[in-house]
Amino acid sequence: MAGMKFGVVVFPGSNCDHDAYHAVKHVLGENVDFLWHKEHDLRGVDVVILPGGFSYGDYLRCGAISQFSAIMKEVIRHAERGGHVIGICNGFQILAETGLLPGALLRNRSLKFVCKSVHLRVENAETAFTRRYTQGDVLHIPVAHGEGNFYTDSETLRELEENGQVVFRYVDADGAVTREANPNGSLNNIAGIINRHGNVLGMMPHPERAVENLLGSADGLGVFASLVETITGSVPVLS
Amino acid sequence: MFKAIITVKLRPSILDPEGKAIEHALQSLDFRQLSGVRVGKEIELTVDTTDRSEAGDMVDAACRKLLANPVMEDYTIELQEL
Repeated sequence: MAGMKFGVVVFPGSNCDHDAYHAVKHVLGENVDFLWHKEHDLRGVDVVILPGGFSYGDYLRCGAISQFSAIMKEVIRHAERGGHVIGICNGFQILAETGLLPGALLRNRSLKFVCKSVHLRVENAETAFTRRYTQGDVLHIPVAHGEGNFYTDSETLRELEENGQVVFRYVDADGAVTREANPNGSLNNIAGIINRHGNVLGMMPHPERAVENLLGSADGLGVFASLVETITGSVPVLS
Repeated sequence: MFKAIITVKLRPSILDPEGKAIEHALQSLDFRQLSGVRVGKEIELTVDTTDRSEAGDMVDAACRKLLANPVMEDYTIELQEL
């Protein structure tokens, strides 16, 4: 069985980096390195995690300045070679700014920072990030953001839907897509998307905050366990 | 030298919830003839060249690369000779 390594990028203002590190290191028992934003080397990691937070103070636009940091050049190169990248919350905003994922994350429709647990439906369980789930699974995972309102032009939206690139959608506890279940006004209740090639995923909810029952939910662990299974070919044993 | 004043706004097709909130406040203050509020931001910077068209091109390139996100924003540039 081949080993693998995760890398968690740390920007000035990242604040979910340690949660992501904890999820893969202590809960899954995998190798993981922090990657400082000024570094020019990904140190051979297989999966890059762009964590949540407020990189560069969210100045200009969320993720706008981070996209040009030294490490992001390497992350983009890694993604273009087919390497796996997951952007969570601020990480999703950064991926949208770089153009690795389509669309943009606008200010929440309510204008409020939303911090609560939501229900997500797995729309595509045939990705490197979701293979441990079953399509239609309803997950209980927290969101915490002020700019998570996914927007794109109608042509791109149609392509995302047709190609199965919408991976997670906000739903109610019964799995129904409703306006009330949408915490931020995202088009089509979109919570997470994947690129056409299937190696770059962005999501606003925080799977790394839902990896142990002690935290209230372990529903997010499947995202990281799916990546381990994808890279190593072996199935991690979850407690 | 030029001073560039760049105005960045959400594209017209995108709902601006902040503009809407301000519009509601204006209505409640009896400014009934004021509507269509859109909120944007203004960025000022200095361009070190004497050539107006070069200055315009440089600022435009900066807008496309960093200062505005074309997915959601439009921008206008005003140049003032210093």
